[in-house]
Amino acid sequence: MSDALLAITLVWGFIFLYAIMASMDFGAGFWAMTYIKKEETNATKIANSYLSPTWEVTNTFVVGLVIAIYSLFPGAVFPIGVALIVPASLILVLLCIRSAFLVFSHSVDKYEKVLTYISGLTGLIIPGLLISVLPITHLGFVEGVRGNEELNLSKLFTSPNEYAFVGFGIMSTLFLSSLLLSDYSKQADEMKAYKIYRRDAMITGPLMLVMALMVMFTLKNEANWLYEGMMKNSALLLVSLIFFIISGVALYLPYFSKREVKGMPRLAVIAIIIQYLIGSYVYGLAHLPYIIYPNVTILSGFTDPTSFRAVFATYIVGFAILVPGFYYFWSIFMKDQRRKFKRRQMTN
Amino acid sequence: MDHIQMARAMFGTNMAVHIIFATIGVGLPMMMLAAELMYQRTKDLQYVVMAKRWTKTLGVLLGVGIPTGTIAGVQLSLLWPGFMEVIGRVMALPFQIEIYAFMVEALFMSIYVYAAEKIKPWARIVSLFFVAFGAMASAVLISNVHAFEGTPAGFRFENGEIVDVDPWAAFFNPSFLVTAGHTALTAYTTGAFVVAAVAAYKMLKNKYGTTEYNFHQKALKLSIVLGLVFSFLTALNGHATTQHLYREQPEKLAAAEGLFETKDHAGLTLFGYTDREAQEVKYGIEFPWVLSFLSGNSFDTVVTGLNDFPEEYWPPLYVHILFNAMVIIGSGLIALALFALVWNKWLKKEYPRWVLWLFVAAGPLSVISIECGWIFACTGRQPWTIYRMLSTADSVTSYENLGFLFSMFILVYFILCVSVVFTLLYYFKRHSVMDDIYKAEQKDVRLFDSNS
Repeated sequence: MSDALLAITLVWGFIFLYAIMASMDFGAGFWAMTYIKKEETNATKIANSYLSPTWEVTNTFVVGLVIAIYSLFPGAVFPIGVALIVPASLILVLLCIRSAFLVFSHSVDKYEKVLTYISGLTGLIIPGLLISVLPITHLGFVEGVRGNEELNLSKLFTSPNEYAFVGFGIMSTLFLSSLLLSDYSKQADEMKAYKIYRRDAMITGPLMLVMALMVMFTLKNEANWLYEGMMKNSALLLVSLIFFIISGVALYLPYFSKREVKGMPRLAVIAIIIQYLIGSYVYGLAHLPYIIYPNVTILSGFTDPTSFRAVFATYIVGFAILVPGFYYFWSIFMKDQRRKFKRRQMTN
Repeated sequence: MDHIQMARAMFGTNMAVHIIFATIGVGLPMMMLAAELMYQRTKDLQYVVMAKRWTKTLGVLLGVGIPTGTIAGVQLSLLWPGFMEVIGRVMALPFQIEIYAFMVEALFMSIYVYAAEKIKPWARIVSLFFVAFGAMASAVLISNVHAFEGTPAGFRFENGEIVDVDPWAAFFNPSFLVTAGHTALTAYTTGAFVVAAVAAYKMLKNKYGTTEYNFHQKALKLSIVLGLVFSFLTALNGHATTQHLYREQPEKLAAAEGLFETKDHAGLTLFGYTDREAQEVKYGIEFPWVLSFLSGNSFDTVVTGLNDFPEEYWPPLYVHILFNAMVIIGSGLIALALFALVWNKWLKKEYPRWVLWLFVAAGPLSVISIECGWIFACTGRQPWTIYRMLSTADSVTSYENLGFLFSMFILVYFILCVSVVFTLLYYFKRHSVMDDIYKAEQKDVRLFDSNS
């Protein structure tokens, strides 16, 4: 594998990780807002307690992702920076408000309601904006010569493919997060919340799939090169569809235990993550060699080989240090959360 | 405003907001560590309460510090893609490592907050040490990018292409240690004086001899000692920084001092403003020969004046005022801390109210000094983003309609700054020192609540 391919694989891995983490984070915000009136189900509390510890990591991940792109593909920075200045600025502003109020609401109880609405609304808008980055890179609307590029906003906003992606992004967010929250509330023995989130996953799942088909359908007209590329791996796309079906079935399956509730959410979560992994792999593979179609390829944007080796070394060292640390922290945190829920149930 | 000015103002506003929270975010962990160590020495529970309340403050401040830092990190590529293209090729390492440093800080902060009562004192100190270390390392690494902008190394331009890239040579560029050290030391100084300001204010508001008064007095004494140490070290480092300027960015030094004619036995002018037409600093107080001596340790040192550089290379001349403000405030902080220490240790007297009021002023002034320092450092480098290598005009985005985005960001910073102040006031009004001391004295009560 060439260095540039290795680098773009790394970037793809980061984007995938971020997409999953962020979907769960943003979706949790939306669900917390939706169920704010149904206090007896604890659905909002579950969603909020999931939100709080993840925000710092997701925030840092945004920066980490941006850094990964410009340190591995500095040649792509200029067109990407110009193309994304409007959507990225909007995302930054919303993210900033959302994170800040998440922190403040720990100290000021009357912010809690404000926060729920802020994180609920931004939870829908931010994913819609974030996913727009994909059509911007593949629709060919970044126009102009080197050093003077510009994003043609009017073409972007009249493109059905853009809207299909926005819908897909929002539905994926809602689906992934409701699935995760159903698993999370089952772990915490919150059966009322579990039933709600299981139902939400059952509704949003098929909607997500419809949007995914819309994406493919519009892609065929607007970016045929990408569509053809993806269809070369239609077998893999079929496998990803099978994982979607597995996850759906897992939600209906009886749980093999004494409890009367149905569904195996853990299995569903894993199957869906595999589905997304395959789907995004096929998309990413077809996208190559372009970073931004047709201006920038991975080779034209690639960094200096000496820098690449140095940067790559820091990734290896950094991950070797951080992964065990985070695993340790996560286990402390999850134990703490479970204890809190138990305590709350006892006092109820 | 043309579009470069607009982009600079936009990024500058972000930095001006971020730098307040980032600086205190580096300084405060050091104070927390000091308080925990004092507790181990004295077994006085009030120091634990102190560390706890500072931790809470830090948690709230990070609510602005991290999002504005996220904006800074992303906005660099949005507003200055030409600059980040070079940085990406040559100087990506500090950004990479900074992410890890930040993660280390966040991780140990979570361990310290969540597990504070469950882990042994030494483990608590170790985790706090890593919080402080991570915060300091992030600041040092990011300042290193700034150092590189002033003293670029590790690459060359050949026909517009970047060649001979050596990322580690860029990382250890000539002014790395002195610039990064300056950031770290001033952050510690500011942390100490901000704490001192709050403590002094609370002493003024509480009756002498009450538990609360004594609590704040302990905090004040701790911050005076640390403030003195770090402000003094800052002065030594500042001297080294000036000598670096003299050697590596002479026009920046000339602009800072308002020196037009190249000469030996050059004088140092305090106050006043630089008059471009008259080619002198007006209404200033001149100390003859001092500048030559400070630049090269001898009165014979020849200091290059602005006239020896083409005028389009001149930094804006108002940097003289910023440089002065930074130096004067910094020296004032040393004097104040030294005076207070002597007063208390050797004369064994309580602080009179006017001294306390001076400390109340010292906190905001130290933050102003930081702001002046950063604006001086960055506008003093103009018209370059990378000194003599890349101009600001070649760095800026080709997107021209920045006005709307700029006003949107200003609105957000305004909302954040107002709500962070409100949050701190709200929280500490409802969680008084007395409550926390009472809680600390009871066993089996969680003193630390999980904040973020």
